[in-house]
Amino acid sequence: MKVAIPVDDVSMDTNICISFGRTPYFLIYDTETSDAMFLDNSGAAIQGGAGIKAAQAIVDSNVEALLTPRCGENAAEVIRAANIKIYQTKGNLLRDNLQAFSDGELELLDDIHEGFHGGK
Amino acid sequence: MKIAVLSGKGGTGKTLLSVNLAAAADNSVYIDCDVEEPNGHLYFKPDDVITEKVSVWIPFAEEKKCIGCRKCVDFCKFNALAYIKSSLLVFEEICHSCGGCVLFCPQGALSERKKIIGEIKHGKSQNTTVITGILNPGEASGIPVISTLLDNGPHDNQVVMIDCPPGSSCSVMESIKDADYCLLVVEPTIFGVHNLEMVYELVKLFGKPTGAVLNKCLTQTNPAEEFCSESGIKVLSRIPFDQDLGLLSSNAIIAVREAPRYRELFTELLNLIEQEVQHEAAANS
Repeated sequence: MKVAIPVDDVSMDTNICISFGRTPYFLIYDTETSDAMFLDNSGAAIQGGAGIKAAQAIVDSNVEALLTPRCGENAAEVIRAANIKIYQTKGNLLRDNLQAFSDGELELLDDIHEGFHGGK
Repeated sequence: MKIAVLSGKGGTGKTLLSVNLAAAADNSVYIDCDVEEPNGHLYFKPDDVITEKVSVWIPFAEEKKCIGCRKCVDFCKFNALAYIKSSLLVFEEICHSCGGCVLFCPQGALSERKKIIGEIKHGKSQNTTVITGILNPGEASGIPVISTLLDNGPHDNQVVMIDCPPGSSCSVMESIKDADYCLLVVEPTIFGVHNLEMVYELVKLFGKPTGAVLNKCLTQTNPAEEFCSESGIKVLSRIPFDQDLGLLSSNAIIAVREAPRYRELFTELLNLIEQEVQHEAAANS
């Protein structure tokens, strides 16, 4: 299964990024072939709508699941419209989470936050 | 003459000042731009109120015409659009109603519909026209309500008091952009001064003539007074920490209409502001 994960760095030894929309990179990972590709998040520093932009990129990479510590409501709406499942990561390490996901130990993320939107 | 009353933080006395200055003038307009929580009308209790709806334009796509080229998605600076599974998602609260996506659509698949986001109420209270902006709960931006409020006019030869929202964000910028004078209200606390510093930076950026009113003054050293003197901000009035004034306000009574001493206080301040505006006009002519 192809999954997307927000990560801090371009490395399999990196940590999960605490932010979905503002993560510097996404790892696009195939759990069957172990193919890994790191995607720059072009929306990391934009003023607004970062979650939507990041979610669009995730949808376009044709993944079936997103593993993330948390997710804002706009991003979740985009992800869900594409029938991509959102799982909640546990702890910091990327490797631990890939293993946990393969072992079926990650749960679906149901606590979607309202987002951290500034004034406009 | 348009006077915007602003302060960094809430609760320093913006409404107290704007309401009483409007009530002290012979012929005035009070405009409540604090559209998330307008409260000036509670003091004025205006009669003959007319309500007008405020709406914005939001794009919608005709799916049959859309070919998924994503020109609209790429164009939108605010990322209010996403293209998922052959359909366009529109995030209404993120859309700034610029209409650019509609212009860019090569298929003519996008058009706009009106979305009501709030309303404006016009009424009359003695010598003051009271105009109140109200943003519907849950809406993200009050800017369209504020710009509609300030498009009312021209209010020639009237004293126009603009009661601004707290803070120094876009909604405050929208409220002060056409003002002839910015009146900064500050309370004697460190927090108050910190926020005064932010609004002062904003009004300087806008190049507006500015003066301060020190509200709730006590007898000990006033950090706001110190800040004003260091920054060269002219202090137009010092309103003492006054229980009677506080009591009138908390009972939604306009002090100027209640007691001669308050009428005197605010009339004097209004005259000072008028002089400042005239000086400024003379200096720039």
